[in-house]
Formats: sequence, C-alpha cells, structure tokens
Amino acid sequence: MLSIKNLHARVAGKDILKGLDLEVQAGETHAIMGPNGSGKSTLAHILAGREGYEITHGSVTYLGMELLTMAPEERAREGMFLAFQYPVEIPGVNNVYLLKAAYNAIRKHRGEEQLDAVDFLALVKAKMQLMEMDASLLSRAVNEGFSGGEKKRNEILQMLVLEPKLALLDETDSGLDIDALKVVASGINRLRSPERAVVMVTHYQRLLDYIEPDFVHVLAGGRILKSGDKSLAVELERRGYDWVLAEAAA
Amino acid sequence: MNETASMSTQTSDVEKLVRSEYRHGFVTDIEADTVAPGLNEDVIRLISGKKHEPQFMLDWRLRAYRHWLTMREPQWAHVRHAPIDYQAISYYSAPKSKRNAPKSLDEVDPKLLETYEKLGVPLHERARLAGVAVDAVFDSVSVATTFREKLAKAGVIFCSFSEAVKSHAQLVEQYLGSVVPYSDNFFATLNSAVFTDGSFVFVPKGVRCPMELSTYFRINAANTGQFERTLIIAEEGAHVSYLEGCTAPMRDENQLHAAVVELVALEGAQIKYSTVQNWYPGDENGVGGIYNFVTKRGDCRGNDSKISWTQVETGSAITWKYPSVLLRGDNSIGEFYSVAVANHHQQADTGTKMVHIGRNTRSTIVSKGISAGHGQNSYRGLVKVLAGAEHARNYTQCDSLLMSDRCGAHTFPYMEVKNPTAKVEHEATTSKISEDQLFYCRSRGISTEDAVNMIVSGFCKDVFKELPMEFAVEAQRLLAVTLEGTVG
Ligand SMILES: Nc1ncnc2c1ncn2[C@@H]1O[C@H](COP(=O)(O)OP(=O)(O)O)[C@@H](O)[C@H]1O
Ligand SMILES: [Mg+2]
Repeated sequence: MLSIKNLHARVAGKDILKGLDLEVQAGETHAIMGPNGSGKSTLAHILAGREGYEITHGSVTYLGMELLTMAPEERAREGMFLAFQYPVEIPGVNNVYLLKAAYNAIRKHRGEEQLDAVDFLALVKAKMQLMEMDASLLSRAVNEGFSGGEKKRNEILQMLVLEPKLALLDETDSGLDIDALKVVASGINRLRSPERAVVMVTHYQRLLDYIEPDFVHVLAGGRILKSGDKSLAVELERRGYDWVLAEAAA
Repeated sequence: MNETASMSTQTSDVEKLVRSEYRHGFVTDIEADTVAPGLNEDVIRLISGKKHEPQFMLDWRLRAYRHWLTMREPQWAHVRHAPIDYQAISYYSAPKSKRNAPKSLDEVDPKLLETYEKLGVPLHERARLAGVAVDAVFDSVSVATTFREKLAKAGVIFCSFSEAVKSHAQLVEQYLGSVVPYSDNFFATLNSAVFTDGSFVFVPKGVRCPMELSTYFRINAANTGQFERTLIIAEEGAHVSYLEGCTAPMRDENQLHAAVVELVALEGAQIKYSTVQNWYPGDENGVGGIYNFVTKRGDCRGNDSKISWTQVETGSAITWKYPSVLLRGDNSIGEFYSVAVANHHQQADTGTKMVHIGRNTRSTIVSKGISAGHGQNSYRGLVKVLAGAEHARNYTQCDSLLMSDRCGAHTFPYMEVKNPTAKVEHEATTSKISEDQLFYCRSRGISTEDAVNMIVSGFCKDVFKELPMEFAVEAQRLLAVTLEGTVG
C-alpha cells in the first residue's frame, strides 16, 4: 500500500530524514517510535503533503501512485488520513460543516452521491457516541477552545467518518488520560480491517496494549534504525533508545 | 485607543488565491447628452432646468454650491489617492442612445458572463447588467408594474429621486437635508449641489412595506450616475427594508462617486438598509478603480425607532464611508454590520458613528475587515454618548482577517462618553488565514479554494445573517469569487 524508499528530506536547511525506508501492506498496523525531534512528525507531514519540506532524494508510492506529486487534498481523496499531533483551530468554521465538506469532497472524487445534512448528521452522531464525545462539540468552531483530549477525540472522529485506507496517527495518545486512551484506542481498532492500514507514531507502550501492532519501528537519526514486533516496544519502554543508537553505530 | 495590526506569514497559496483577476471587461460607449466638464452656477442651473425642478430645489443646490466653494477636500491618514480635478468632471450626462452597446449577450465579454454565472445572477438579469441595448430585455415592465401596484395599494411611495422632486415636492422639501445638511462635509455638499438622481421611499404611518425594496429596485435600477441621492422616510410605526447595490461587478467611467443617503425613522419606525457593493476596484496595480466617498446617515427621530445598516463592500479603489445613526428618540436602536474587503491596492476606510442622544438608546457595531494582497483596511468608529443619554449602551466588535503579508488592518475606535450611566464595550481581534489551517482542511480532502471560502464565510457569519436571505447567499458567493484564484 505504502512504499517509502531511501527518503531524504530537509527543512529550513536542516537534513531531517536521511534515507528512510518503510513498507506498509494493507491490513497491517505499524508503530513508529523514536526520540523527540527525530523526524516522526516530519515524516507524517511529508506523507500528507504539507509544503515547506525539500525532498532531496528518494520516492514514495501509495496504492501504486507517485505520492509526492499529489496535492494534499488528492491524497486525502485517495484514502489517506493524518490525525495531527497538534490539530489546528479554525475560528468561525463549524466543526460538523468542515467534516461534511470533507466527506462529500471524498465521495465526489469517488463518483458517489453527496450526503445531505440530515443523513450526514445521523452518521456523525453515531460515530460520536463511539468516541464518547459531547454533541455540543459538533456545533462549535473546529477545535476552537477544545481541550487537548477533545482535539484528539475529534481527530479520531473525523477518521471514523472519513474511513481512510491509510491512517497516519501522530501521537494521538499523547496527553490523554487512561479512560480517554481506551476510547481513542477502540476507535482506532474499529477502523482496522484487511483493506486498511494504520501507521501510528507514539512514545508509549501503553497505547500498544490496546492496539496491537504488527510491526514496531525505531526512527532515529533520520532513518528507521530498527524494526521488530510488539516485543520491541516493550524493550524500548524498559531500556530507552540509546542502545538502539549504539547498536546502529556499531 | 488606537490599534494597528499587520501580519506577516510566508504564504504562497493564500497569495495566489487572492490575486485573482477582476472578471470584468466591457466599456459601453453611450452617446450621451453630456454637459461640458466644469462646475459653476450655470451648470447647476442647467442640471436643475433639465430635470424641470421646482424653485426650492434649485435654491438648495445653489446654497450647497456656494458653501462648497468655502470648503476644503478632507485628508485622511489611511487613504491615499491622486488629486481629483473637480473641473474636469462632467456633472450631467443623460444616456440617450445605446447604439454602440452590445446587441446581445453574444457580444459581451465571456469573462463577464462567467462571473455572472458564478455569482448566480439570473439569466434574465445578465443582459441588463452587461449593458445590452435591448429595451425590454425581459418582462421587467410587467413585473415592475405588479410591484408598483402592490406598493401603491399599501400607500408606499417608491420612485426615483427626480420623480419625487416633482410629484412629492412637499415631502422632499420637508425631509431633504434634515439628516445630512447640505453643509455637512465636502463630498455631501458637492452631492447636494450636483446630484442627478437616486431613490425616494416614503412609508406612511403604521404601514409595513409589503416587500423588500430590492427586487423592484434592481430590475429598474437606472444608471443613476456618480452623485446619487437617496431619501427614505418611515413614519410612525412603519417598517421598511431596502437593499442597495448588486453583487455583479459594476464599472463606471466616473472615477469619483459621492453619494448621500438619508434615513428618517419616526416613532416606533424601523428601517433596515442593506448594501452589497462590488465596484470595479482597479487592476492589480490599482489603476482605474472607483473612488467611493459616501455619506450615509440615519436619524432615529422618534422614540422606540430603529435603524440598521448592513453592508458588504468588495469593490472600489478607495472606499470612504461611515453609515451613522443619530439616536435621538428614547429607547431607539442603531445597528451597523459590515464586511469590507480590501484586495490588491484597495483602500477601505469604513466604520460608523453612533450618536446617543436619547435615554436608553442602544447601539451595536459588528465590523469584519478582510485584507488581501496590498489591501489596507481601516475601521474607524465613533461612539458618542451625550450628557442626556441616560443608560445608553453600546457594544462594538471589530474583527480583522489578514490574507497576505503585505496587507494591513487598522482599527481606530473612538469613544466620547458624557453620561456616567452609559455602558460602552469594545472587542477587537486580528486573525489570519494560516497555511496550517489550509493544510488541515486540504488534508481532509477539501480544496484550497473551498477551504478559504469556508474560513472567510465563517469569519463573516455574524454580518451575513443580518442580510435578507437571498442577498446573504449572493454576498457569500461574491466573497468567494472576489477571493478566488488559481490553485496549484
Ligand atoms: N518548519 C521547521 N523549521 C525548522 N525546523 C524544523 C521544522 N519542522 C521540523 N523541524 C525540526 O525537525 C526536527 C524533527 O522534528 P519533528 O518531525 O517534529 O520531530 P518528532 O515528531 O520526531 O518529535 C526537529 O529538530 C525540528 O526542530
Ligand atoms: Mg512529533
């Protein structure tokens, strides 16, 4: 589904990714861990199409398409979704209105009929219940004045409504209390299926207690330094990252 | 208090978006009955004579002219323009023939038609707006007649100002200049001397005008020229809603526009005046745009009366206007809702004045300024509470949205409060459409254009909801087209 080959990227004159490789197949769940500032969000942003990164080398294919030539909205319409580490506030724009516009843009791209406001609201309300979100968040401006936890739930709500093929989750678990974490994790699990893939960036093993990954990768020094199964996450939790770096340097 | 905000972001998409071309491009060559350029008493006598005006009207014009000669053109800190040569302007021009106008829509610039399409201008109106030389392009005559009958039955007078001067001279004489005296300000005084036409509305005691005075107006809108004069009178308990302007782009040979609008609300009367204006703003370098200096004032003369101004302004090279309300009657209410867009090199200096004179008077001001390109948007508001205005209240909210790193937003709220029981509140915000917001929307599958429209509409919501329904939809589209650009 997603194939990243020897990706080099720089931002503001600084090399961040230095030869990153990653293969993701449909049905798989990957966890990416790594020290702060190692480039995890940078990778997520590049995959989602944010401007401002200079790709100096490498290639990315997504569902057989040259991902790096596609506009962000094209990527989204082709089933890619990024749950942001820091969701942005958009004053004045109604939360459910944005979501409906997104939903219908994606349906339009697929040649499907637009959903009217009534049907759409019913759909969203059902998903909101799963996320144990207060209905009042629908009529508020996008993320405006949302608590940290509410923002993260809102991201997952969007994901559940848009039903992406590839979900990139950037530290969706950070800043959540244990109850919220369970809700968010069950939302993510609900999306998992043989046709979809999930790539989640996390610092904590505890998320992986709820969402069992098929692969765990360590991103450090701009590359995937080590990959393994879920036991790697347990080991990282116990030993930190230094030994991985040392191992790679050796 | 004096706030100035300018923004800086390294934006590319936002820039591209707002740099869209003005989709316009026709100049109609109308053979006109035109008076040679220049202004003197003879020209004024000529205008008055051509219009067969009664003596009082001529006398009033001459008084205004003589006063104007003693006045100086005002200077404003935030508006810059090339000097206007008042002797180079022709003050009377009556369209005579449309011989050189396009014969059908086929001859009209396709770009213009595209704009009409985008703005959702009904097919039958496009020809008129594009200046097609067919007299009855559609069955406007019958439609207009139906409206006229309906209005007449209710006792509402709605006609051109010229007609009112002749047929309703007494009303005109009684009310003209009673809100904006001929000596009011440089441009209003010039208008008083040379105005050519405009609209007149009179709603008698207890009557609620049976329709929005828009459709009628728009179908019959004649080319009223650069010195327009409007007078609206609502007698005791009367209600009226008046819509001015049009979302379709308007181009005019006359660079200088100086209109005057006077509203009079007697006891318990309500006047709602909405404007959507889309004058030609000039090209990307600001060349050829309209200078729009307007004096609009409402007088809540009676107790419990109410006047609301709502405006959406996207055009003009320079806009200078401050719709105001004099809150004379006890418990009277004044409102001002405004969206002003300054794009390219446009300069918008707008705002309002609320003058609290009566007791328990209330005013609300909601101003939304959008700046793009090199646009400079200034809000200038004055809230004045006189000593006798016990328990007067004002709420002002002033928001600016910036869309490039070269545009600016400036807010100048002035308050003069002479009564200790008054309550005056002011809130101001400045925000910008950020790349982060656009990326967020795009990462959800929404195009940049749609994302910008969504953010802009959200920003303007509080004003749009004050517009009559059909106008609100048009206004929203207008902003979308105004701020549209090529994506990619
Ligand atoms: N726009 C930017 N300008 C300059 N440096 C940046 C920018 N974006 C990211 N960086 C730098 O790139 C590195 C990786 O950042 P990030 O991808 O956010 O790390 P992570 O998500 O792994 O914590 C950091 O050193 C960060 O400061
Ligand atoms: Mg990060």
